[in-house]
Amino acid sequence: MAILVIAEHDNTSLKPGVTNTVAAAHKIGGDIDVLIAGSHCAAAASAAASIVGVGKVLVADAPYYAMAVAENLAPLVVGLAQNYSHVLAGATAFGKNLLPRVAALLDVMQISDIVAVESADIFVRPIYAGNAFATVQSSDAIKIITVRSTGFDAVAAMGGNGVIENIASATDAGISRVVKQELTKSDRPELAAAKRIVSGGRGLGDGDKYRAVLEPLADKLGAALGASRAAVDAGFVPNDYQVGQTGKIVAPELYIAVGISGAIQHLAGMKESKVIVAINKDPEAPIFQVADYGLVGDLFTLVPELTAAI
Amino acid sequence: MKILVPVKRVVDYNVKVRVKADQTGVETANVKMSMNPFDEIAIEEAVKLKEAGIATEIVAISIGATQCQETLRTALAMGADRAILVETAADIQPLAVAKLLKAIAANEAPQLVILGKQAIDDDSNQTGQMLAALLNWPQATFASKVTIANGEAEVMREIDGGMETVAIKLPAIITTDLRLNTPRYATLPNIMKAKKKPLDIVTPESLGVDVSPRLKTLKVVEPAKRKGGVMVANVAALIDKLKNEAKVI
Repeated sequence: MAILVIAEHDNTSLKPGVTNTVAAAHKIGGDIDVLIAGSHCAAAASAAASIVGVGKVLVADAPYYAMAVAENLAPLVVGLAQNYSHVLAGATAFGKNLLPRVAALLDVMQISDIVAVESADIFVRPIYAGNAFATVQSSDAIKIITVRSTGFDAVAAMGGNGVIENIASATDAGISRVVKQELTKSDRPELAAAKRIVSGGRGLGDGDKYRAVLEPLADKLGAALGASRAAVDAGFVPNDYQVGQTGKIVAPELYIAVGISGAIQHLAGMKESKVIVAINKDPEAPIFQVADYGLVGDLFTLVPELTAAI
Repeated sequence: MKILVPVKRVVDYNVKVRVKADQTGVETANVKMSMNPFDEIAIEEAVKLKEAGIATEIVAISIGATQCQETLRTALAMGADRAILVETAADIQPLAVAKLLKAIAANEAPQLVILGKQAIDDDSNQTGQMLAALLNWPQATFASKVTIANGEAEVMREIDGGMETVAIKLPAIITTDLRLNTPRYATLPNIMKAKKKPLDIVTPESLGVDVSPRLKTLKVVEPAKRKGGVMVANVAALIDKLKNEAKVI
């Protein structure tokens, strides 16, 4: 068996989930190659070659791969897929956008968001916002899979000695282009890969209070900031802060939920966290049913007190 | 310009689902069913484009059992002009859905297909991208703003680090994210009017599509329950637990 991992990167470095996707490939077993398709992406390619267990790093370098447009990447991946039994990517906005397009062109069913590998053709994936887990078996010759990073412990990003090989690019489909990207700038850890997360909900009242109350705590803990859908919809923070069924799926060592009631769609995104702390004024809030430690009271008093005491 | 909007009948998002005792799936008998929330957003966006004079006709499509007619009537009450039900009792997976929609698109020749980004039952997040591939059309997934002009759609997308704006040539596929719009409620007069709008019924066979499933579900189980936690009295007690019991700070 041979497995191709489609790496998400920004041409200079790899996204954190790539090492988790490679870990899933290890569970399947077989040779593991990584595709880096980008523009001036040599740095990303050498980072991929350093991942433990990677055999070849295939590099397709073309201007029209710079922004990871699915219409351009899909034909490239389809061309390579014939040489592999499995094609994997992270279940991120990148992987979710690209791989179903690849799967349909190959006439195979994608297996989305796997959290466990049972065998080379049997996988476990959450359904109904993680309220059930389905074990599914694929009958397709090539398995196209997106990997939920929280299901697999990352392999070491350094210490590997993969071989970098340049490959031919496919053509520019010319039917879509990226006009602009507005990325949230932050010195904090990336939400999806953070060890600690401080997350806020509607209970914080508004965006100014969200920042005034939560940022000092996150600073002290070196934590990423997250939010419930309610807080995002109310405009407290940008959309990429959202943790939940349709936002980011996280599993940090410590998740502190402040003023979050705990709708099932939010719990779906964070209940795999190792330790969950909930601070909420409503003792009946569902968040307390999944929290390891619950503290009932006024968050505007308790959170600054907690920040001062850490 | 004609717009197709596929809609799926799913377990209502407020229902706490229960796994069947025989592990074959999730209990759906006597459970409230509704239109997939992302598909409501898709219908709303199409209706807005019609109100803006950009779209001329909206065709809602559903695939599944007879009861999907209810979901289609909701779409019609929200403002779709007519509906097509692909009636089948089979387990229809996203690849098969995409093939059925491709067959309908060949008959209808739309300029735009707007779909929900994922269904909240199987959480697959595949159909729009697959349909785009089969039609060789561009795709703008996870849309939070859509502008149509000069034969192009300019779409703001929600991506992991923030927002991205793409320009795609029509005909094209758009899939909706949560913040694209707030779907309207169907009013009583519109619900009455929707009963008279045309609803055609076809089958996978009449569309010439093989819908055999490629994934076999071996079992469905409940997630491991988190052990019930403890309530702490104050911040000092919380700090003590985090330091000495959980050892995370």
